Amino acid sequence: MDKLEKTFDDSQAPLEQNKTQSPIETIEVTSTKKKKTNKVLLKIGAFFKKPYSKLVICSAVLAGVMALYLFYGLLGLPREIILFDLVELRLMPFAAMVLVSVCVGYSTVTFQTVTNARILTPGVLGFENIYMFIQTFIVFALGSAYMFLISGTENFIISVVAMVVVAGLIFIPMLTRGGTKGVFTLLLVGMILSTFFASLTTLMQYRIDPDEFLVLQALMFPSFSSPNSRIVLVSAIIILVTLLFTPSARRMDVLSLGRETSISLGVNHKFMSIRLLVMVAALVSVSTALAGPMMFLGLLAANLSYQIMKTHKHKYTIPVAILISAVAVFTGQFLIEHVFTSPWIIENIFGGRSITVPIAVMINFVGGIYFIILLLKERKKAK
Amino acid sequence: MFEIKNLTKRYGTRKVLDNVSLSFKTGTITSLVGANGAGKSTLLSCMARLLKQDEGDVFFEGKNIKEFKNAEIAKRVASLRQNNTFSIRLTVRELVAFGRFPHSKGRLTKKDDEIIDRALDYMSMSHMKDKYIDQLSGGERQRVFIAMIVAQDTDHILLDEPLNNLDMKQSSSMMKILRNIVDETKKTIIIVIHDINCASCYSDEIVALKNGKLMIQATPEEFMKEEVIKEIFEVDCKIADVAGNKICVYHNCENCADDEGKVLHSHGCADCADKPL
Repeated sequence: MDKLEKTFDDSQAPLEQNKTQSPIETIEVTSTKKKKTNKVLLKIGAFFKKPYSKLVICSAVLAGVMALYLFYGLLGLPREIILFDLVELRLMPFAAMVLVSVCVGYSTVTFQTVTNARILTPGVLGFENIYMFIQTFIVFALGSAYMFLISGTENFIISVVAMVVVAGLIFIPMLTRGGTKGVFTLLLVGMILSTFFASLTTLMQYRIDPDEFLVLQALMFPSFSSPNSRIVLVSAIIILVTLLFTPSARRMDVLSLGRETSISLGVNHKFMSIRLLVMVAALVSVSTALAGPMMFLGLLAANLSYQIMKTHKHKYTIPVAILISAVAVFTGQFLIEHVFTSPWIIENIFGGRSITVPIAVMINFVGGIYFIILLLKERKKAK
Repeated sequence: MFEIKNLTKRYGTRKVLDNVSLSFKTGTITSLVGANGAGKSTLLSCMARLLKQDEGDVFFEGKNIKEFKNAEIAKRVASLRQNNTFSIRLTVRELVAFGRFPHSKGRLTKKDDEIIDRALDYMSMSHMKDKYIDQLSGGERQRVFIAMIVAQDTDHILLDEPLNNLDMKQSSSMMKILRNIVDETKKTIIIVIHDINCASCYSDEIVALKNGKLMIQATPEEFMKEEVIKEIFEVDCKIADVAGNKICVYHNCENCADDEGKVLHSHGCADCADKPL
């Protein structure tokens, strides 16, 4: 039985190989019953190895988590209250979470394809720091009288435009140099600019009123709790329009073979890279302005997606990355809203105090641990 | 047919290619040789559209290569660089299947599958088609990449040092395969190669570059001469006829060269072990 399990674990081996050379045949099976169960197990194993079934399973898990988020605590209540709760309280956060998951999943996988690196996220280009810089600048320059601007649609649009423009400036080296060198220049310029904006932000934050700083502090952590419905709508439109420009998944597959091979195969590497990076810029800007910085979510989602799907094909890795980020976000939000606020948890784990845990803390905690595991793995591979 | 006209490429102020003009014959293996930094790879990269030249043009079938559409030229010319690294995990067959991309745009037909299997067979990699690329040795990797090029089924193939990382047996079998491809299917192969004996044994024509300039374009017979090699590589050598092939012996012993610079012995020969330098 031990050997049998090993073959199941070894999911790299396709089914045909299992049939011809698997150790199963070397095990002396005396009863026909055992043989039959083996066959059934093999079939089940093969089913779970198919990318399509994995996609279905991930969607099912997400549907479950979404339903839990939407309907938890509503069963048995009067219909009006259920409707009110759903439409007024849970619909907009729900929409925002879906949009952010789409942005994060799509942008991280394509960014990693363009840069040919599995431990990068678009975050290295400094979107989050630019976002915080703009918010801080508004408060710093205009003062608390204009505080309402922060949550307005205007601020949202200004932030998105500014992030896309700065990202566009960073992409210029890509336009002029192209190739691997272009990608490295892009990353270096991005890192320098993001440090620059972070330093300016800190400087301004030291100078502003402590009360105003509190407002800013709330923006430093992402939150889905009360998005403005107009902002959600605008984001949805921007995201949809951006996704219209997506190249075919098969072209992206070729792109992941690297510059030289993709040119030899007839794919315009420079043009494709720029096109994808501009899309990434738009998507990341929208998701950052909508919910705040999400450092490790993309890294977690993209890499788990590669690990689960065990394929390079973007038509599988992108949807699964989106599904995984949605599962992470919905689970996190559910824990914050319902589990961490339940009396039992407060009593026994938080020691009687009610603690609000920002979702970023949870995602970055899980994502950070996963990142360290990834780094160690890459180091092992390099050896 | 590839035609190069007045090609110049600079890295900074250094001219890596200096006004190179030549044309490659169809249906042959042409070897590009020369010392390190002579501009061989640069020339090949310009032909493969990986690098932009500063001056001059590359013509393919009489038409400037810039005017071709990417998808169109990928059906006619395939190229392979020395280092091919990527971060994704692929099986051998998946990588070879990418060779069909210019033709089928990723939607593999039955015919594509047949061509892929034949390419794997051709490179004798069928038995490991489900292995992952990162589990292969350097030589096997190289063969898989050639199989991808074979599956791409272009009439022109540009290879940058296909013998890199290959041992004696593998490099000779690689050259035999390339020779077969040319003889059987009338394809044109242009390779950058360091081993001039390999170039002499297997190619129809040898093109030598030195400091970015075209030195000679000749048959192996004409090329394999002591004075020619001395001029191109600045190495003393001796040419010998071995079983119908011209072989260049250059691991010589400087001490026992005679007055005219002709080499007499190989390196470390017993005759001059006692002689002072």
